[in-house]
Amino acid sequence: MKQRTVQLDQGSGGRATHELVKGLFVEAFRNEFLLEMNDSALVQLNGGRIAMSTDSYVVDPVIFPGGNIGSLAVHGTVNDLAMRGARPLYLTAGFILEEGLSLETLEQVVRAMGEAARESGVLIVAGDTKVVPRGKADKLFINTAGVGVVPPGIHVAGQNARPGDAVLINGTIGDHGMAVLCKREGLAFENEIRSDSAPLHDLVRQMLEVCPRIHVLRDPTRGGVATTLNEIAQQSSVGIRLLEEALPIGEDVAGACELLGLDPLYVANEGKLLACVPADEAEELLQVMRRHPLGAKSRRIGEVTVEEPGRVFLKTRIGGHRLVDMLRGEQLPRIC
Amino acid sequence: MKYLDEYRDPELARRLLSRIEEIAPGDRVIRLMEICGTHTVAIFRSGLRHLLPSTIRLISGPGCPVCVTANEDIDRAIWLAKQPGVIVTTFGDLVRVPGSTSSLNVERSNGADVRIVYATIDALQIARATPDRQVVFVGIGFETTAPTVAAAVKQAAAEGLVNFSVLPVHKLLPPAMGALLEEGNLQLNGFLCPGHVSTVIGASAYEDVVNRYGISCVVAGFEPLDLLHGIYLLVECVVKGTPQVLNQYRRAVSRDGNAAARRLMDEVFEPADSTWRGLGPIPLSGLRFRNSWRRFDAGERFSMPVIQVREDPACRCGDVLRGLMEPPQCTLFRKVCNPQNPKGPCMVSGEGTCGAYYRYHTESL
Repeated sequence: MKQRTVQLDQGSGGRATHELVKGLFVEAFRNEFLLEMNDSALVQLNGGRIAMSTDSYVVDPVIFPGGNIGSLAVHGTVNDLAMRGARPLYLTAGFILEEGLSLETLEQVVRAMGEAARESGVLIVAGDTKVVPRGKADKLFINTAGVGVVPPGIHVAGQNARPGDAVLINGTIGDHGMAVLCKREGLAFENEIRSDSAPLHDLVRQMLEVCPRIHVLRDPTRGGVATTLNEIAQQSSVGIRLLEEALPIGEDVAGACELLGLDPLYVANEGKLLACVPADEAEELLQVMRRHPLGAKSRRIGEVTVEEPGRVFLKTRIGGHRLVDMLRGEQLPRIC
Repeated sequence: MKYLDEYRDPELARRLLSRIEEIAPGDRVIRLMEICGTHTVAIFRSGLRHLLPSTIRLISGPGCPVCVTANEDIDRAIWLAKQPGVIVTTFGDLVRVPGSTSSLNVERSNGADVRIVYATIDALQIARATPDRQVVFVGIGFETTAPTVAAAVKQAAAEGLVNFSVLPVHKLLPPAMGALLEEGNLQLNGFLCPGHVSTVIGASAYEDVVNRYGISCVVAGFEPLDLLHGIYLLVECVVKGTPQVLNQYRRAVSRDGNAAARRLMDEVFEPADSTWRGLGPIPLSGLRFRNSWRRFDAGERFSMPVIQVREDPACRCGDVLRGLMEPPQCTLFRKVCNPQNPKGPCMVSGEGTCGAYYRYHTESL
């Protein structure tokens, strides 16, 4: 029963996406930068190192608690650059608009984009606009691409995790995915769940100032913390052990996930980073992170191990162990 | 979180585990079956298997409705999906289960109209919205879902919807427990009985199993402490040699269950012989329409022919469902059978034993 058409789960950010990217795109475009499979590529230009990245945004609904598709499109690309230790500088923006989209919505989205760019210290220096007939796109899609400069002496990449490293996160998991889902499905909980969408470059800059030896930074977007950690484990050929009791999960997100049968480990984040850092610098780094507005709830959630390379494990609250696999299938459609 | 953290408390879990260790015999193995797929997944997710004394073995049973659906029933659903003008509706996992030569998913990509619904009433809504098409709901599930299907059928009758029908593939759990024990290969000492099904059939539904086979049944919930408490009660019954029905999940399950739901089910359906994957035909273990409701039976409405069924000889889902084999012992497991490309239903379903082993278990843990 061979598959002949593109399936939705190939865009979920989980295993099916991974296999499509590896099997088709990386194969067809084959080069050393792409093979690294990092959030952005590092290229040499005039003796300096430039980080480059691109991302498309198709979130439904386009406006959600805590942001909209415009601010998300800036934060997403800024974060992809920051995850290589780069200082983001310039972005481009491409718009695909559906005939009939309300101009008020478009204005709201574009203004949020401008504001997000100012807040992130980047300039949107080029753009493109296309309009397609009604029904050929869903309201609006945005693509952003960005470049940034990587300071000398910084070597952050998915393949650099070392056994013994501590795994850190800068706050609660699953907020973005649940905010979007609840908005889309009209689910209301005691408090409104807000997306964590935010630019992480400044937090990263401060982290690298105290610890230039940070090995890995990744933002756990689609596929969630579980999928991103699996990618790191595979890229670095190490195991990763998580502690269930250490995972920071907001009360409302935990409740909504419980109700809907979702696992927060697989729910998307847009303002979170995972860091693998030398264990002896973890405490100092956590203190710096907690002083930053985007890191108040930073936690050490696990460690990198020699055992079981390529896999992620969880020590459960009651003391048992289990495997944590990549996202399979589609947990939530179109969240970014 | 309130009402959940209480059932996940590490200190209480430790105390229950040491109580289990105290009463577990050192010289013989106690074999307990969790029948329910939701239990299987909950056990894996909490990592509980590795914490129990080595003399207590948990065996996964046939309690995943997708998994026990026989090849011939999948083939019948596929046949229906190929009929012109028919919309087949069902729950998500079923569309990916391979039948003899195809799956509903494959038929969908070939042009069949197969739609996933979250509740039977969603299928009813599709029937209302498309009066020129025939809408068939493939009714899988145990006593938990059968009443909702009965309610949908009654609703369709009340509205005079002539384009809605059901392919009833429902299964009843207690007869399957009897069939497992009759087979005699399992040497079971107790059943951890499903929380959800028991909300409908009540804890008393297992009395027959206890009386006839002298084996204990404990109804348990799905949180780590529920499971540990349930296992503790079962081990205690086995050690004392006092087979009985106990209800650990009293916050949801009563002795007599949900009488209104059962009345609804009895009004529309009657027990009938049914074929289970792995277990074969089991007397009175399924449901068929009563005569007065038979006009809603998709099998009759479409004069379905007898379909030639082919089983994949390499797939051992049958043995897994009977608790005779653990998934890693199957030669297909992880090698050619995985959630992306499942060879059998136990790998497809979110609550299938093979899928649970694949996602949560490794030998080295």
